[in-house]
Amino acid sequence: MSQIHIKQGCIIDPVNNISRIGCVYIADGKIVSVTNEPEGFKPDTIIDAHNQIVCPGFIDLSARLREPGQSRKATFKSETTAAANAGVTTMCLQPDTRPVIDTPAVAELIKELAEKADYPQVYPIAALTRKLEGTELSSMLSLKQAGCIAVGNASQSVKNLLILRRAMEYAASHDLLVMFRPNDFWLGNNGCAHEGAVATRYGLPGIPEEAETIALAQCLELVELTGCRVHFGQLSCKRSVIKIYQAKKYGLNVSADVAIHQLHLTENDIIPFDSNYHVLPPLRTEVDKQYLRGGLASGTINSICSDHQPHDIDAKLGAFPETEPGVSSLETLLPLMLKLVSEHIITLEQGIASLSENPARVLRIKSGALTVGFAADVCIFDPELEWQVNSDNWKSRGVNTPFWGQMLKGRVTHTLQAGRVIHCLEKSKR
Amino acid sequence: MTDNLQLNSEGKLKHFLTIDGLEKSLLTEILDIAESFVGINDHKIKKVPLLRGKTIVNLFFENSTRTRTTFELAANRLSADVLSMSISTSSTSKGESLLDTIRNLEAMFVDMFVVRHAISGAAHFIAQHTAPHISVINAGDGQHAHPTQAMLDMFTIRQIKKDFSNLRVAIIGDILHSRVARSQIQALNTLGVAEVRVIAPKTLLPAHVESLGVNVSHNLTAGLKDIDVIIMLRLQKERMTSALLPSESEYFKCFGLTEDKLKIAKPDAIVMHPGPINRGVEIESKVADGPQSVILKQVSNGIAIRMAIMAMTMQKQGVM
Repeated sequence: MSQIHIKQGCIIDPVNNISRIGCVYIADGKIVSVTNEPEGFKPDTIIDAHNQIVCPGFIDLSARLREPGQSRKATFKSETTAAANAGVTTMCLQPDTRPVIDTPAVAELIKELAEKADYPQVYPIAALTRKLEGTELSSMLSLKQAGCIAVGNASQSVKNLLILRRAMEYAASHDLLVMFRPNDFWLGNNGCAHEGAVATRYGLPGIPEEAETIALAQCLELVELTGCRVHFGQLSCKRSVIKIYQAKKYGLNVSADVAIHQLHLTENDIIPFDSNYHVLPPLRTEVDKQYLRGGLASGTINSICSDHQPHDIDAKLGAFPETEPGVSSLETLLPLMLKLVSEHIITLEQGIASLSENPARVLRIKSGALTVGFAADVCIFDPELEWQVNSDNWKSRGVNTPFWGQMLKGRVTHTLQAGRVIHCLEKSKR
Repeated sequence: MTDNLQLNSEGKLKHFLTIDGLEKSLLTEILDIAESFVGINDHKIKKVPLLRGKTIVNLFFENSTRTRTTFELAANRLSADVLSMSISTSSTSKGESLLDTIRNLEAMFVDMFVVRHAISGAAHFIAQHTAPHISVINAGDGQHAHPTQAMLDMFTIRQIKKDFSNLRVAIIGDILHSRVARSQIQALNTLGVAEVRVIAPKTLLPAHVESLGVNVSHNLTAGLKDIDVIIMLRLQKERMTSALLPSESEYFKCFGLTEDKLKIAKPDAIVMHPGPINRGVEIESKVADGPQSVILKQVSNGIAIRMAIMAMTMQKQGVM
């Protein structure tokens, strides 16, 4: 099978503690050597990575590809192409597809769709409760056997704590990771913006931080009770960061991520009634943003996810509270991470680890590193290359991003998934 | 941005969506022009030809008899052709259909939309997406703004009190859900009153309400001290079922305006209410119909204010 030589790039591989100029050698879809050329290596493809960073392919802990069920918004083909364009080689798919991922058949359908799109590394997250309704347990073991990597309830709350307790106990019995977005249904009160000065000024129904922190605190108590392994997704506020910090210090087996836009935007950035800023959890205050950044820098939050949610135009065309929440965010993931590096919030190594090593640890998969023998999931990017967020450079079907039209720095030139080149930036754009 | 959306390149009013971001001079201009229209109500022929040949569509996605009627009268007195539409919104008819409705009406050569909608931001959305020659007037959107109501209240206050600078104004009741209160607070602060005070239980106040530029009191008796203008807000019945308040009677006991409580305010204080009134819930009949009440004056002034705003937003089309 094919052999690939990635030549003279700046290799950054946090797991193996590599941070130097060198070469990566790939054969039969696997990493065979880093730096030293293996004997008799005859590459079919040579990728010149001069002045570029070579790192493990990114692993996204939360994405929506809109299939099955909402192919008018996006398809596996369009969104996996976007993922490849973004250096993402593995994606976890939230279970709120239509139908919900609560039967092995749907999980298998997703694996099939991924194969068909030539992007097999899509891991479905199974529904924690049937139809995500929070009343009955899903068949977690069967779902795990059908290829689901974890269980979760997507954006839906499990209102009944007894059900949540049992779901966590059952998940723990099968050593399943629970991916939990803390969100108290009642306190959320169908809001659409952070309950603060901006929502008050524009008369937008607010969501208090406590909708997140109380649900988080309850779930942490249940982690202790059930021994379940829980990953908290898409945290949005200061006190959530503090709670995770305390829980880890106390010894609970938990981890957490943050959606990339939460590290850059606050309620003050919302252009009045611009539905591209309608996200859940909502954009909160400057203090919250600083704590999320601090949490990432200190390792309290170990991963960054895209929380990719592509929409059709109609979904965002309406009065703000009526529009659907979410940002199409795969393709801004890398430049926005690099912005944190240039603002000295995190090091480049930390940024890469938060997109590769750490999510791999959360999922317990053999990925997120350039370790010899691992599948060759590789991202090669030019950290200095500036590009405009416009239809010329954008692959996702969803153009719902507050960054539309902006110039961003850092662009993926090559993406390799299990040794296959799934993205190669046109020479004219480099 | 909201504020710019309302003004054309010369800084003149194009849409009227919110008080937020408008300058004092512009608000004063609205009041002055409204003043010139007040006399028309006493004329034998209550019409001026300013908007002759123009077509105005009142698009009411939410019921309102009074606001719609005064807008209709205002448009009629400016000699415009008026079409009033009440459109019920079901949960399925979302953004697309709102835009489709607008597009269809645009195709009928409309010059202005007057919009009332249950969702915050609806009027902005229409202003952003409608054809460039069409003006949009917000007749109330969700919990966001009701700027013509606020301006008619300012007009009424100025008629009686003449000057804003020394006034202390209390707004009492459901501030949280009130688009009227938000617009009133912005207008009062822009016009430079001495103090805006909101008086309500915590359950009816939005988060960080002070950020709107108000002082806060949870006690009507203490809060009414030194007040020149009392604005009562309507209390919706559903506030009880959503556990924001225990009962109407307890609300009336704490926050209802009675003759006795009115005595705490300044002796020449005026009592206002955007209507419709819940007698015995937020205000006692004796006060609503009493000598200090200017509630009906507010209604009459609504016509002149709306005439002024309609005429001003059509300036670009050679009106005025």
